[in-house]
Amino acid sequence: MWGNLESFSDFFVTGDPMILGAQVSIALAMIAIVFVLTVFKKWGWLWREWLTTVDHKRVGIMYIIASILMLFRGGVDALLMRLQLAMPDSEFLHAEHYNQIFTTHGVIMILFMAMPLMFGLFNIAVPLQIGARDVAYPFLNALSFWLFFFGAMLFNVSFIIGGSPDAGWLAYPPLSELAHNPGVGQNFYIWGIQISGIGSLATGINFVVTILKMRAPGMKLMKMPMFTWSVLSSCLMILFAFPILTVTMALLFLDRFLGAHFFTLDAGGNPMMYINMIWMWGHPEVYIVVVPAFGIFSEVVATFSRKKLFGYSSMVFAMISIAVMSFFTWAHHFFTMGSGADVNAFFAVSTMIIAIPTGVKIFNWLFTMFRGRIRFTTPMLWTIAFIPCFIVGGMTGVMLAVAPADFQFHNSYFLIAHFHQVLIGGVAFGYFAGLYYWWPKMFGFALNERLGKWAFWFWNIGFYVCFMPQYFLGLDGMTRRLYTYDFDMGWGPLNMISTVGGFLMGVGFLFQVWQIAHSIKFHKRDTTGDFWDGRTLEWSIPSPAPLYNFATDPQVKDVDDWWETKQKLARGEKLPPKPALEPIHMPKNSAIPFIMSIFWFGLGFGLVWDWLWMAIPSFIGVAACMIARSFTYDDDYYIPVDEIKRTEEAAAALKGATT
Amino acid sequence: MAKSVAHHHNEEHGHEHVHHDLDSLKSFGFWIFLMTDVIIFGCLFAVYVVLRNNTAGGPTADELFKMPGVIAETFILLTSSFTSGLAVLAMHAGKRNQLIGWLAVTFLLGAAFITLEVTEFIDMVHEGATIATSGFLSGFFTLVGTHGLHVSIGLVWMIGLMLQLRKRGITKVTKRKVEVLSLYWHFLDVVWIFVLTVVYLMGVM
Ligand code: HEM
Ligand SMILES: [Cu+2]
Repeated sequence: MWGNLESFSDFFVTGDPMILGAQVSIALAMIAIVFVLTVFKKWGWLWREWLTTVDHKRVGIMYIIASILMLFRGGVDALLMRLQLAMPDSEFLHAEHYNQIFTTHGVIMILFMAMPLMFGLFNIAVPLQIGARDVAYPFLNALSFWLFFFGAMLFNVSFIIGGSPDAGWLAYPPLSELAHNPGVGQNFYIWGIQISGIGSLATGINFVVTILKMRAPGMKLMKMPMFTWSVLSSCLMILFAFPILTVTMALLFLDRFLGAHFFTLDAGGNPMMYINMIWMWGHPEVYIVVVPAFGIFSEVVATFSRKKLFGYSSMVFAMISIAVMSFFTWAHHFFTMGSGADVNAFFAVSTMIIAIPTGVKIFNWLFTMFRGRIRFTTPMLWTIAFIPCFIVGGMTGVMLAVAPADFQFHNSYFLIAHFHQVLIGGVAFGYFAGLYYWWPKMFGFALNERLGKWAFWFWNIGFYVCFMPQYFLGLDGMTRRLYTYDFDMGWGPLNMISTVGGFLMGVGFLFQVWQIAHSIKFHKRDTTGDFWDGRTLEWSIPSPAPLYNFATDPQVKDVDDWWETKQKLARGEKLPPKPALEPIHMPKNSAIPFIMSIFWFGLGFGLVWDWLWMAIPSFIGVAACMIARSFTYDDDYYIPVDEIKRTEEAAAALKGATT
Repeated sequence: MAKSVAHHHNEEHGHEHVHHDLDSLKSFGFWIFLMTDVIIFGCLFAVYVVLRNNTAGGPTADELFKMPGVIAETFILLTSSFTSGLAVLAMHAGKRNQLIGWLAVTFLLGAAFITLEVTEFIDMVHEGATIATSGFLSGFFTLVGTHGLHVSIGLVWMIGLMLQLRKRGITKVTKRKVEVLSLYWHFLDVVWIFVLTVVYLMGVM
């Protein structure tokens, strides 16, 4: 009955004081949460307003909260690794623990931090930017969130129950096979990723349909805001890439669970097939997360330079060509596999070609700023800092793409520095810019700028101090995933500097937490709905947006329609009259996404431990939830005109009171 | 539609419009979902082809496959695709009972297909050809099994839909659901043709 479980200490991870400390603090935090919710009688509120919501704005906020928590966990992992490496011959972490930490760090940062933060921003901004009432499938959207959430929980729980995975963030076989990795950690990896990956795929479908089918009247494709374009590009990549991940994880699971021979060394398995498949997903994945950051930079640059984005159509073209090209470069991750010169040459060239559209975009941003009246707000600072950082990261990428040279760089700290430069300097900086930019839209107040600038400088200086030395360490021969090194290697000083940089970024993060807490307490309410003097439709409605977003469908004429409208008003032109209010069709809240995802969690947990008594009922639960959904016909309602009128008048009064 | 109490004609029309849009939106989403499913099958086919000859001393395709059963499966599945088409025709003619009847026939054919397939699998396992025997068989069972799993899901879905049709008749919503299901069913048929060709015919050739 107990499957993989032989003794109690197999279940709860015991014996490590740090993990014990974490277990105790997690338990205390849970007790505290339950206590607070009960004392303040907030359970009903939590259930009605959040756990069962299908409103894209709330789903977005939940994504963002979850991803910030994950950023914290991933960040702690990172600092632990840096502490271990700060000095030669360090005995702070032993080898196994170090392996677990670099594995969970990578998985969490990409799949449970970057992806949900990205989805959060999609949810917050896209429907508002295109003048829609919600996403195409609000129910599915909520389901995506809960699948991500419980997938992430399943992955994280391995830290205190069963033991963390330790085969690297992409879990290459044969190391990740049962023969070499008999614990349950790798199973947690598979099911955590599988469950949240299904959610990501559903989000991809949802946003493609939303963008293609739900735009406000008049918004042609070539009039869409650039962020929306970037989301479309990213989601198209999701549609093609995530099914590959689903299959890859499923096959690895079959190897481990039923003794299949897809990727094993014996009986006709082929480990290199896994490495091909995982990178056919993995390379597009890095573009899936970075292209929306490009979209954010485009919005921010235009808004804070008070200029139209330079080269709109070349920007669109660049995003689409990146999306297509990203599927033809995967083998640059294993030039050393030995596929021969022809194959390597093809992938080297295709990789270098991707740098071209990226360069086009950089010039577009620069030309947008050129002769603009730039306002140095925090979103703009992150954008400006991103440009040089990404240029360097892109150039080292091109160096790695030189196949023969890559035999030297591959899996060294040079590679580590490259991808952190593009992932932190591109993705993280971009999402931070987006978070600061749309924060007023989400909550009706902006984050404190002064603390934000402290955070910005700590992150930025910390970044260079941390990662520039790693390029040189790589050239000096230090390989990745090394848990300790000998004094005689001479890598000590650069590693120490790198660790200092890591902690500077940690301080930057603390400033951000402080900034959020401080702003919640002392903020000034934004009553205009247009905090930054923005250009796109989301700024034309109150902040936070009312439940139904737009009282009447906006009629779009131009790119940056809201900006043009404001110009017309300033010139004293008359706007066409707004159509009369009509009742608005809305989806009802539903408990099914939440409950179904709990069953998914049960299914995953059962399969991790080989507990069929848990997996089978959970599976039936999943199926029952789907059937229940299919039989639900009463899933919508109408907001009556009076209520819309009242909401709109209240917002107008708030605006009028201050201006 | 259920909840809305129409006050006057105009509003009623507006609601109809919203619903029409929602249904076409859902069908469109299903097309995209099917596209992702194509990629899933594409990967499984590719994996199978890579591992096809890695029999590791175990049985080969030639020794294992019994074509008469496979041909019977093929005919049954193709016929079921045809009957699901007849169901859609009956739906467009507004004949609910006929629609449910053809769905029932489709269901029975689908169930027969699954029964044959499961029997085939059980026979193989008894002959000592399991998913753990070789790379070839891992690829085989996973590819063909995934198709079978899809068919089984379709069967459950079909029952649910027949119940809904009995209760609600042919409405905009049930119509959309039948159309989507039949699309799914034809899709599985097409996938099966590829399974037949790539796995079975090329296996015994
Ligand atoms: C100008 C564009 C880029 C080029 C030419 C490029 C090139 C490369 C090459 C050749 C490698 C493999 C090196 C090796 O393993 O030896 C690599 C690794 C990597 N790159 Fe890039 N890259 C570019 C942009 C990006 C971007 C935008 C991201 C993410 C946002 C990214 C993330 C990564 C990651 C995560 C890895 C390695 C992961 C691992 O091995 O675990 N790259 N890059
Ligand atoms: Cu790559």
